[in-house]
Amino acid sequence: MPILSYVRALNRALSAEMERDPAVCVFGEDIGIAVSNVTTGLLKRFGPERVIDMPISEQAFTSFATGAAIAGSRPVVEFQIPALLFLVFEQIANQAHKFSLMTGGQVKVPVTYLLPSSGSRVGWAGQHSDHPYSLFAHVGVKTVVPATVTDAYGLLVSAIRDDDPVIVFGPAGAVARRENVDFDALAPVPLGVGRVHRPGSDVTVVAVGHLVHDALAVADELAGTISVEVFDPRTLYPFDWAGLEASLEHTGRLVVVDDSNRTCGIGGEILATAAEEMHLIAPPKRVTRPDGAVLPFARELDLALQPARGQLRAAIETVAKSQ
Amino acid sequence: MADSADLYRTVRLIRRFEERAIELVRSGVIPGGIHPYLGEEAIAAGVCAALRPDDLITSTHRGHGHVLAKGADPCRMLAELAGRETGLNAGRGGSMHAADVSVGIYGANAIVGASAAIACGAAWSHRRAGRDRVAVTFFGDGAVNQGVLLEALNLAALRRLPVVFVCENNRFATSMRVQDTTSGTITGRAEAFGIPAQAVDGMDPEAVFEAASRAVARARAGDGPAFLECLTYRFGPHHTWEYSVRPRYRTDEEVAAGSVRDPVVIQAARVDDAVRARIDGEIEDLLDRARLFAEASPEPDPSGALDYLYSGTLRGRGGTA
Repeated sequence: MPILSYVRALNRALSAEMERDPAVCVFGEDIGIAVSNVTTGLLKRFGPERVIDMPISEQAFTSFATGAAIAGSRPVVEFQIPALLFLVFEQIANQAHKFSLMTGGQVKVPVTYLLPSSGSRVGWAGQHSDHPYSLFAHVGVKTVVPATVTDAYGLLVSAIRDDDPVIVFGPAGAVARRENVDFDALAPVPLGVGRVHRPGSDVTVVAVGHLVHDALAVADELAGTISVEVFDPRTLYPFDWAGLEASLEHTGRLVVVDDSNRTCGIGGEILATAAEEMHLIAPPKRVTRPDGAVLPFARELDLALQPARGQLRAAIETVAKSQ
Repeated sequence: MADSADLYRTVRLIRRFEERAIELVRSGVIPGGIHPYLGEEAIAAGVCAALRPDDLITSTHRGHGHVLAKGADPCRMLAELAGRETGLNAGRGGSMHAADVSVGIYGANAIVGASAAIACGAAWSHRRAGRDRVAVTFFGDGAVNQGVLLEALNLAALRRLPVVFVCENNRFATSMRVQDTTSGTITGRAEAFGIPAQAVDGMDPEAVFEAASRAVARARAGDGPAFLECLTYRFGPHHTWEYSVRPRYRTDEEVAAGSVRDPVVIQAARVDDAVRARIDGEIEDLLDRARLFAEASPEPDPSGALDYLYSGTLRGRGGTA
């Protein structure tokens, strides 16, 4: 089977949706030359009326997408840098997201926000290394964090076809991944449905985005002593609570690994919900960035603030032992 | 040329709607208060008279005039202000978010300057679909120092969008005088982006109509955006909370002087007395009906508080487990 990279999967999804639906268009900075490689070939294929290089005016072009969506287009807005989401939080959380409710359902705002490289790339320092997916789940924007190549394809397709704003985070730690895929088998992945990457019986590890791959590696290390089930929610909002519950039914033990800052990160929500509503036989744990983390520049300092495999392994061992 | 009587009808309707809405705020029928459009009626009336029914507008927190002038039903508008299920937005938007997409009202917006870029995107999308619709975005003098509005001016000029920017300069951003918040000139901002800009007597409905007609025709012809600075004066409070808080940022004498030229009076003088009396009577009847309609309409069922949050079937979890 041919090999497909994560970034090419995003490109393929965009291209397929633009081919399928003339309402789909792409806005962003430097997308004509495809500086992120996600929009490669789109300008040539679909022309400058559908692939629009925008001035460095993130707030305006984010709301421009809202207006275009209300009027019938289905824009995909690419942001090269995750911290730009802080700049356009008003335009997404307070405008695009609220239009359906505030108008009493008169309008739909089918915009997809695409972050082709979110989280730490190591060495990009304080303003290029955030991973703010929890903020969007908190306000109720549909939030997707694909971990794998086929999920990147399938979730981006579903995001574009969705009639509400959806934000898609491609974790920097996952975008270099490649998979052998059957191109004909690539398909939409529904929003709000998680995926068990590895079945297990002792501990459920909920891993977000690129951390799925760390969780799978740690599960391998522990195989023979602790049987770890790796659950990837794929969509953080709406969250697949039924999928989590099904996993905890047979493990009763929970560890979450989440690249959010600790306070109000999605990991806290997962633990709280499991504690309130689900079957737990031991106190759960989470591995996250520290409270209020700002990633420092130096490599060792940057890595020191990200969830690490050693931390995850220790958390799993603790939860597996506790009564 | 717009019919003088039609313009009179619109400014009079807005004036009386606002006066009655203030009464309903005082009596508690309208929760939360309103930002009255008193004194600025000529702008909404003149601009919207220059538009086709399928053209679109975005509005502001002080948006009742725009919404009425663009053709929303006053009964459903008042029901919206009263938070009723029959309101334009099914009681989910209220005074600051009134919308009626069926007549091109893409929503009033409570964040100053926020809707200009939305109007630009909507105009672009319609043009791409082969429709020759024009978008008008209304905003106040307080918006001209918002970055996103300036960004929108650049985008509109860059892509020659069919958008008319209408600044309602009522001299105050809440309590702050325009000269204390704004360097340079307002029209100069648009001119800096290569957008033709004109200051207009915002107290005269026919002057506004003529300027707006030129700007709309230009936009529809594909010649790009235009900018109107309509000079007006806010006769009433920034918001009805001023009736209880009584902030002192302008004297009664100043308000009286600013209100000498009244758009309703100016337009009334152009209409035959008998015609004017008939229009006035029709408006009172209409607003009587609107009040009865609003007060008789049901309040939304609390079980529907999350309705319309998403377009499909998604329901988030409730606030208790």
